[in-house]
Amino acid sequence: MEFAELIKTPRVDGVVLHRPFLPTVEGTLCLTGHHLILSSRQDNTEELWLLHSNIDAIEKKFMGSLGSIIVKCKDLRIIKLDIPGMDECLNIASSIEALSTLDSLSLMYPFFYRPMFEVIEDGWNSFRPEDAYKDLESMTDEWRLSDVNKDFSVCQSYSPLVAVPKGIDDDTLRKVATFRHGGRFPVLSYYHKKNGMVMMRAGQPLTGTNGRRCKEDEKLINATLRPGKRGYIIDTRAVNVAQQAKAKGGGCESEANYPQWRRIHKAIERANVLQESLIKLVEACNDQSHSMDRWLNKLEASNWQTHVKEILTTACLAAQCIDREGASVLVHGTEGADSTLQVTSLAQIILDPACRTIQGFQNLVEREWLQAGHPFQLRCSQSAYSSTKPRQEAPVFLLFLDCVWQILRQFPCSFEFNEGFLVLLFEHAYASQFGTFLGNCAADRVKLCLPEKTVSLWSWVNRQQEMERLTNPLYEANSLVIWPSVAPQSLLLWEGVFLRWNRSSKCLDEAYEEMVHIIEYNKELQNKVNSLRRQLAQLETEDPLLQSP
Amino acid sequence: MEHIRLPKVEHVKLLDRVSPKKSRVGTLYLTATHSIFVESEDGVRNETWVLHSLVCGVEKQASASGVSLVLHCKNFQLLQFVIPEEKDLQDILLSLQRLSQPESFEELYCFAYKPNVAAEERQREWDFVDLRSEYKRMGLPNAHWKLSPVNQHYKVSDTYPSELFVPESATLPVIAGSSKFRSRGRFPTLSYYNRDNHAAVCRSSQPLSGFSARCLEDEQMLGAVLRSNPRSDVLYVVDTRPKLNAIANRAAGKGYENEDNYSNIKFQFQGIENIHVMRNSQQKMLEVCELRTPSVSDFLLGLESSGWLKHIKAVLDAAVFIAKAVSEEGVSVLVHCSDGWDRTSQVCSVASVLLEPYYRTLKGFMVLIEKDWISFGHKFMHRCNHLVGDQKEVSPIIDQFLECVWQLTEQFPCAFEFNERFLITIHHHIYSCQFGNFIGNNQRERQQLEIEKRTHSLWSYLWSNRAEFINPLYRPNHSQTQGVLRPSTAPYCFKFWKGLYNRFDRGVHPRQSVEDCLRTIREETEQLEDQLSSHKQVKVHNGSSTTDSDGRLWIIPDLYPSWVCLYH
Repeated sequence: MEFAELIKTPRVDGVVLHRPFLPTVEGTLCLTGHHLILSSRQDNTEELWLLHSNIDAIEKKFMGSLGSIIVKCKDLRIIKLDIPGMDECLNIASSIEALSTLDSLSLMYPFFYRPMFEVIEDGWNSFRPEDAYKDLESMTDEWRLSDVNKDFSVCQSYSPLVAVPKGIDDDTLRKVATFRHGGRFPVLSYYHKKNGMVMMRAGQPLTGTNGRRCKEDEKLINATLRPGKRGYIIDTRAVNVAQQAKAKGGGCESEANYPQWRRIHKAIERANVLQESLIKLVEACNDQSHSMDRWLNKLEASNWQTHVKEILTTACLAAQCIDREGASVLVHGTEGADSTLQVTSLAQIILDPACRTIQGFQNLVEREWLQAGHPFQLRCSQSAYSSTKPRQEAPVFLLFLDCVWQILRQFPCSFEFNEGFLVLLFEHAYASQFGTFLGNCAADRVKLCLPEKTVSLWSWVNRQQEMERLTNPLYEANSLVIWPSVAPQSLLLWEGVFLRWNRSSKCLDEAYEEMVHIIEYNKELQNKVNSLRRQLAQLETEDPLLQSP
Repeated sequence: MEHIRLPKVEHVKLLDRVSPKKSRVGTLYLTATHSIFVESEDGVRNETWVLHSLVCGVEKQASASGVSLVLHCKNFQLLQFVIPEEKDLQDILLSLQRLSQPESFEELYCFAYKPNVAAEERQREWDFVDLRSEYKRMGLPNAHWKLSPVNQHYKVSDTYPSELFVPESATLPVIAGSSKFRSRGRFPTLSYYNRDNHAAVCRSSQPLSGFSARCLEDEQMLGAVLRSNPRSDVLYVVDTRPKLNAIANRAAGKGYENEDNYSNIKFQFQGIENIHVMRNSQQKMLEVCELRTPSVSDFLLGLESSGWLKHIKAVLDAAVFIAKAVSEEGVSVLVHCSDGWDRTSQVCSVASVLLEPYYRTLKGFMVLIEKDWISFGHKFMHRCNHLVGDQKEVSPIIDQFLECVWQLTEQFPCAFEFNERFLITIHHHIYSCQFGNFIGNNQRERQQLEIEKRTHSLWSYLWSNRAEFINPLYRPNHSQTQGVLRPSTAPYCFKFWKGLYNRFDRGVHPRQSVEDCLRTIREETEQLEDQLSSHKQVKVHNGSSTTDSDGRLWIIPDLYPSWVCLYH
């Protein structure tokens, strides 16, 4: 077993654990292939059970013969382990370092994890494109499900089944794929039942510097327009960025070749900029100085809230085109797997009440992120503390969750799930016992045999006790389009993620419990009244004397 | 009425600041007390009323749709009217400038506000909040504190209330001597008494120590304060000013206590800035709030450079220091600033909110404002600019107090009986001049004006509308409700209070309110409880008589969840 080689010291006694808002614990530290465990062995309860893959960075400090390891986690928590003995400390540190940066996916914990719960519904089968298509079919006959990508040869990052306009055959799709970045030809993202308008997404067109065109591409996207109607292309890049992309073979749709489409540019930043922003934000939140100026300055300089605003604004724009202007929309950036997905998925949250339910939101994450080929493995391999040079890491998905949280805060009764669900998805996207977020695309998931070898996060979430924990007690189905405010005053720092380990949430948790209590008590009384009413009705039918005149 | 040059203008456009498309056309009326804009779209009769006393600035501004009149209000409302005729605009401008700046007390709205209330009822309104019973609630007088007659007829300090509590051992000559050594005669007196451990929060103005002056009676007075806390052998003296300001005051013969001259005191500065800094800071912050479409950077940098949250934090930090001393160390604290009616009021009252659950109830909060602000002579006339006066005296000191409390409600959502709306409503009426509570700078002035005979009290108005102001998460027996609040004052725990400063920008607020939702649920729960208990009664009754069907059909009227009534 390879892990054994990496574990130089499997056990150390007398280790002291320091965690935010919890009393320090002295106990035995154990390293296993996938976990760092600390137990006081007092009453056989584990005090700490930390996945190595959740470790973002470690620091060592020495004071005489006492060593300390500061463990910085991807969920942004920071813990400290005081380890007696220099050698032990060094051994543990190097083991953690090795175990938390394993390169091979097949050594990851999800492949070893066996569920301790009964799987009622296998999450790997919960959200199949076929089922989504059935829903679509019930609303419109203008789309078909194509298996042109069944062996991932047309587009590496798409799933085998995609919805495309009915009149476009697979050959055309193959041609279009050669004209779009990463082979990501335009596919259906969302159908707006209310007016039949659609949202599509794609990779950038490969126009290059000499304005290459592709008749099939034009035909494909025009096929989605009603006669005499114009559509909008939302390019998530600033104009100059889109222009610069031409030099590298990319570009954007020219007005001449796409006369029925109006192109709008928005400026959502690219991966590396977002990663830098996250690092700065987390650094600001962990700043121990008590200066207000410094805090506000660092918060501003992180630009995080600016990114949130840009993304939400663009999503609102897409939703507005569809719902208010009655126009169809094509969204793309460069690859069409990052900012594009932020926009298309948030626009659906705004437009489609179904996405605001627990199941519907899972479905959205599955369709618009996992099956749409957001490279989770690349983006989430490091979080805010890593000192290694960032490669492709970026909090693209975290920003999406943050935006959803902002909308949730503004419409606290319109979501079936609570903040806890969003935090849970953040945690599992970065480190998990489940296979859901492993790999970068559907092809990877097939190659790694994830459905066979790992458990799906959805299998765990969709059980009654988890659902109860994640359900928003205030939820009342709201069939309307919900337009969030993007004014800076309306955008808040997501405390549940960024201040989670910096300030005690006891009082806020108590308030949440109180709210649940108020609602449950009300339901209880309603049930009582209803049952009395039934009894009364029964009495009335049984006893003619009691009947009302 | 003589100030109204033009009572009515037609075809006026009320601009919507965020989306110009939503602007409305209508007629603007000027009355003696209000400007009223009536929208003239057919079918709808939408009225916007603006009280003249709430207007703090009227100015002409050129805009895309012509010259407009901009009204800045003390409750942070901002209105922009486009008036077609230049002459009309000028008339309205001049009228409003005069109407919004009353020159004599008689012009204030509270003297014109006459709801149909009998004279005895009015007296009951004023008796609703009674400081004598408040001191009694604290357990005073007792063996350590006595009610002193020294300030009867305001002889010792004309800005203090007539009834004050002083240490049992403080003799009249000591008090009189100490008062001569303090600015405006504001000698050390009791603000809050903690009956659990006898520690007290006392307040005063700065001593007239200059560089070396001493006053035996003042030293004895502090000694008496120390002795009134039998379990402690030290007294904290908190000067809420920045050290530099206090030192500068020495040159003017004022200053701060020299630890060497007073036995067993520990002296401490707290660094809260003066009224001028606070006024400018709020002004800067409001400019940020009024930006039409600010970027996140504009907003955050503007907020930072205004310094507003830094000042809020300074007040809360000082209050936390005092609450800790009193509750954890059992040490009494004497708080002062310069005159002892601005920063001292802030810090004493915020500390009281932290220390005492009662002040977190609706009634208790009113009592607290009555005690530490109104009775101790916070100069509402000057600070709120009720009458046209010196702009340098204007300062949002009470705003900061309300905001500190709001920040606490955000950290302790279950600890307060009242909600945000309560704080905002109090803020509104501090400036509206509709009620007499905040007229005059001190008790003596209010007596001269016969406020209680001629005006109405905000407190009973709030109390009779209390259903609106209840926090649904509050429970008297909740653990958060009990004991002392220990807030975090880390910078990231402070939020921008959009509910107050962007109160009228509907677009920036959450579209659904958890609180309203919970309130409706709780109301419905109460109805259900009533029905269930009446059902039980009928059931008992039924035992003896089965033929009586009247009551039974009445037991359970139709009831369906009615709390789904949200915005859209």
